[in-house]
Amino acid sequence: MTAVRVAVVDHGAGNLVSIGQALVAVGADVRLAATPNELEGADMLVLPGVGAAAPAMARLTERELVGPVRRWIADDRPFLGICLGLQLLFDGSDEDGATTLRIVPGRTTLLDEAPTLPHIGWNQVVRRREHPLFDGIADGADFYFVHSFAGRPAPAASDWIVAETTHGGSFVSAVARGRRLGVQFHPERSGTDGLTLLSNAVRLAATAGDQGEGPAPAAGGVPVLVG
Amino acid sequence: MLRRRVIPCLDVADGRVVKGTRFVDLVDEGDPPTLAARYAAEGADELVFLDISAAQEGRATLLEIVERTARQVFIPLTVGGGVHSVDEMRAVLRAGADKVSLNTAAVAGPPLIRECAAVFGSQAVVVAIDARRVTRTDPLDPTLATVGWDVLVRGGREATGLDALTWAQDAVALGAGELLVTSIDRDGTQAGFDTELLRAISTSVRVPVIASGGAAGPDDFVSAVQDGGADAVLAASIFHRRIHAIADVKAAMAAAGIPVRLVEPVAA
Repeated sequence: MTAVRVAVVDHGAGNLVSIGQALVAVGADVRLAATPNELEGADMLVLPGVGAAAPAMARLTERELVGPVRRWIADDRPFLGICLGLQLLFDGSDEDGATTLRIVPGRTTLLDEAPTLPHIGWNQVVRRREHPLFDGIADGADFYFVHSFAGRPAPAASDWIVAETTHGGSFVSAVARGRRLGVQFHPERSGTDGLTLLSNAVRLAATAGDQGEGPAPAAGGVPVLVG
Repeated sequence: MLRRRVIPCLDVADGRVVKGTRFVDLVDEGDPPTLAARYAAEGADELVFLDISAAQEGRATLLEIVERTARQVFIPLTVGGGVHSVDEMRAVLRAGADKVSLNTAAVAGPPLIRECAAVFGSQAVVVAIDARRVTRTDPLDPTLATVGWDVLVRGGREATGLDALTWAQDAVALGAGELLVTSIDRDGTQAGFDTELLRAISTSVRVPVIASGGAAGPDDFVSAVQDGGADAVLAASIFHRRIHAIADVKAAMAAAGIPVRLVEPVAA
């Protein structure tokens, strides 16, 4: 099997180094995408990021990536949002009032019941339903979190919820619908289980590719890492 | 439930891990990426690299070490020591660090905390506070004495006269997402953490507090959390010299009822 081509969207607010390295470690062919052209030829799109929604949305707009990324997700093509990349799927964020991608009905709100804030460290991800993203990972396994806000799906979007985590109150820590996946934690910083999850996500993208949607030839991607 | 973290600290000088007592008398402890990988396999929840190189050449070496480490170790990495600007912080993050710890430069120019948090987010900004216990007499009644802590800078060599508790609150208000609190009195002495210092700071801020300075054994980690209110506990020499394994420390914490992340031992 040829390596799955993953485009990591560069909106200027991510630790792109660690997500790139972790995807390379699970066998993906990783490229940074800062323009719409650089999404072409990718089998899977990863939207990473930490920090606030407004600057990330501003950068996506400036790079004319909002339309292509929304279309990609609306078309149910393989997608993984990480941390801020998950929060951007919702309608908007209370952090700075930004309007976000409006894929999942709901808002990103403060973890107001949290005893410590930001929520930093390893915490348990408890499944609400089974999903192949968590194949080979124990229910309640620890993943690394770094955030103060989290997306809260509206009641109509509760079928997106895959897992929840508790810090004071509980919040949604993993979502999925079709080939669209999102996690609030950082799999690229969550040791062996994190690499297993990324490997599952890449494998699911490859499966999707086999069912049609033959990947187009790679075009103009910028290699993110060598060696 | 959020786990309390155990964090090995690697003091790096000119490309090697070193550890001294009270920031002097440095002893060579090994190759940084090798030690980092060992700790990750043994269950470290996070790693801290502190650059204590005196010379500027040490900085390029450090970035190269961070890069080599981040490529093979998939747990969070914090880098501190000698970061004075947003650009220097960017270089460290680009090398693969997740967080940067600011110390002397933040005391010299507190707006640096706000600038770094605005660009990279509070979660990437750790403010390191080196504190030394002082007894202050009441100016109105010299028979009354109160215990407090002064902030030291330049690797614990220079007093600032700044009150550690006040500085902790100011740093958080400016955008620090985490505080790394080191007792200079205890650092390298294996006399246990200064839990009064930790308690004073952890009860006055909402951000996580990392305890540092003085770990001798697993019981000290327990008391840093239970008595000091620390969210994470950092140590160097007891891990480097294999006096205690990370697993033993975590087992003691778990036995005391503290939530920790237990990791299956990896076969060598």
